[in-house]
Amino acid sequence: MQPFIDRLIANGAFAGMPVEVVYALMMILFGVLVVFGFFLPIAGVTSWLERRVWARIQSRIGPNRVGPQGFLQWLADGIKLLLKEDIVPDAADRPLFLFAPYFVVWGIVATFVVIPFSSSLIIADMNVGILYLTAVTALVVVGVLMAGWASNNKWSLIGGIRSAAQIISYEIPASLALLPIVLLSGTLSTQGIIAAQGWAPWHWFAFHNPFTFIAAFMFYVAALAEGNRTPFDIPEAESELVAGFCTEYSGFRYLLFFMAEWGNLYVIGAVATLLFFGGWQVPAWTSNTVLLNISQFGVFFLKSYFWVFISMWVRATLPRVRVDQLMILCWKYLVPIGFMNLIGTAIWMVVWPQGNRVVQYGLVILTVAVLVQFSRRVRFHLRRARPELYYSPAI
Amino acid sequence: MVPISYHLILSGILFTIGVMGVLLRRNTIIIFMAVELMLNAVNLSFVAFARQLGSMDGQLIVFFVMSVAAAEAAVGLAIILSVFRNRETVNADELNLMRW
Amino acid sequence: MGALIFYLLAALTIGSALIVALSRNIVYSAFSLLGTFMGVAGLYALLAADFVAVIQILVYVGGILVLIIFAVMLTHRIDDVAVSNRSVGRLPAALIVGAVGVIMSVGVVGARWAQKADVQAAPTTYGIGDAFLGPYILPFEFASVVLLVVLIGAVVVSRKEIREETGS
Repeated sequence: MQPFIDRLIANGAFAGMPVEVVYALMMILFGVLVVFGFFLPIAGVTSWLERRVWARIQSRIGPNRVGPQGFLQWLADGIKLLLKEDIVPDAADRPLFLFAPYFVVWGIVATFVVIPFSSSLIIADMNVGILYLTAVTALVVVGVLMAGWASNNKWSLIGGIRSAAQIISYEIPASLALLPIVLLSGTLSTQGIIAAQGWAPWHWFAFHNPFTFIAAFMFYVAALAEGNRTPFDIPEAESELVAGFCTEYSGFRYLLFFMAEWGNLYVIGAVATLLFFGGWQVPAWTSNTVLLNISQFGVFFLKSYFWVFISMWVRATLPRVRVDQLMILCWKYLVPIGFMNLIGTAIWMVVWPQGNRVVQYGLVILTVAVLVQFSRRVRFHLRRARPELYYSPAI
Repeated sequence: MVPISYHLILSGILFTIGVMGVLLRRNTIIIFMAVELMLNAVNLSFVAFARQLGSMDGQLIVFFVMSVAAAEAAVGLAIILSVFRNRETVNADELNLMRW
Repeated sequence: MGALIFYLLAALTIGSALIVALSRNIVYSAFSLLGTFMGVAGLYALLAADFVAVIQILVYVGGILVLIIFAVMLTHRIDDVAVSNRSVGRLPAALIVGAVGVIMSVGVVGARWAQKADVQAAPTTYGIGDAFLGPYILPFEFASVVLLVVLIGAVVVSRKEIREETGS
């Protein structure tokens, strides 16, 4: 982003204004653009697509009335929630109750600052980008705890405490999973990490060595748990806690919580992509900067949305874990595996400083083989299913 | 650039507020928070000096202070919780026995 | 511009610190700590210490603040939102606080601080990493041992209670 502003300043677009003010204004402008032009639509469309995907998996139809294929359902839902009364319970702690959703949304939106959509589309390429990304998630914890406490309701409080315990526990495996990548790329900046990879799968960090391969899945699991997604959605387990920390919320503030949840889903996909799956890297197919950036944006978006899509499958497939199982998975499995990955990657870098080509190709081939086998099984089961169970893709 | 004395005065005010919290309040958790305020004030002056002198040492000390603060939070709050379970209070005036 | 941001951050820091120290409601105190920690992190960023600023958010907001809020919630009844606590010994405390404030302001204003000419803001991550594995390796290792001891100590302190509860 900064080179672009520098060029505008050099062209005399903001004559007579102090440079810092121009930077600040442009940052704010771009931030607003990202929030309203990307974050809100992506959260909304994801909520609609998620319901459609679950419906397909469960042999239902799902929302298909508002707009083509129900595509505008998210707008209708948003307008409905905006028009609803914003109820504050009598016994609630009013200021904290009113503030809590903003902290949650703030924590998610702040992560978009360092997400590189393409080689020049990034709000701020911070030197400590990836660390910043893990740090601002802490704001979500505070917001969730605030919501849980202020609602003055036992389900909210239990949900809030569960959520906070879960997020701060799973922050550790998530950070451990990204440490091998920081070792390999030698930088914390998100653009630097992407620049250290290539467009081809065997240049991606996920396939660099077996340890980063494991770390990629570990990161995804830990990130899903941090985002309170099924199978780790015990904070809002509706069968035991009504709706967890958002039980007492209604209208706009309830909308904010869910916007944060679905926005976070995209952030998870984007971070997994930029760390392990090559980010926006495309082959240099054109010298036109604009076209190149558009193709980079497309590639990055598709890759990150693939992970969002996987999380929808997971949510529709897996049952919810118990609290003790959640903690056992974190502390007894993911954390030791994370340390093993870190040490293993360090040793790998000493033995093969340039990376081992054979292992990289082998891991890519293994992944492709698994994907092919998976799609063959899916095809087989779809063929065997009763005819009334499968619909055409669009209903 | 803001002069260093501004940062130091801010740090002094923050430290004084921390002292005030420790001396005025009787809830051990509040005392604990006030201690964190004082540690933050000290960290702030360390970073200000590091900036002033163009040296990294001040920032490095901050990391050690932070690890001590984290240690203090973990053990201190565990102790406060176990005291609360046994004595049903976290009021410093009522915690006048060394054994529980 | 820099001065304006400094004053805003200073106001945020001191305002929320005052709420922490003086609020009657312990929950407000706990959540106001967020303002102080974020304000101080902003000041670090303003002082070109980007790595320290991010670590401040990670450790203080993500770790210590959440622990404190947990402690507040666990030591008070769930339905007892308006938690109050009394203050005692106001006069001696005010005297000591005033003395501390006066001594520090005199010290700060009176001293002539050395200034290295023309310090450039530069990324600090590499420098910090090199220093930790170079001249500061012993304190660094020592800090990690301290943290390990703390980890075990915290588990021991809280675990003993669980055993007694299940035994009785």
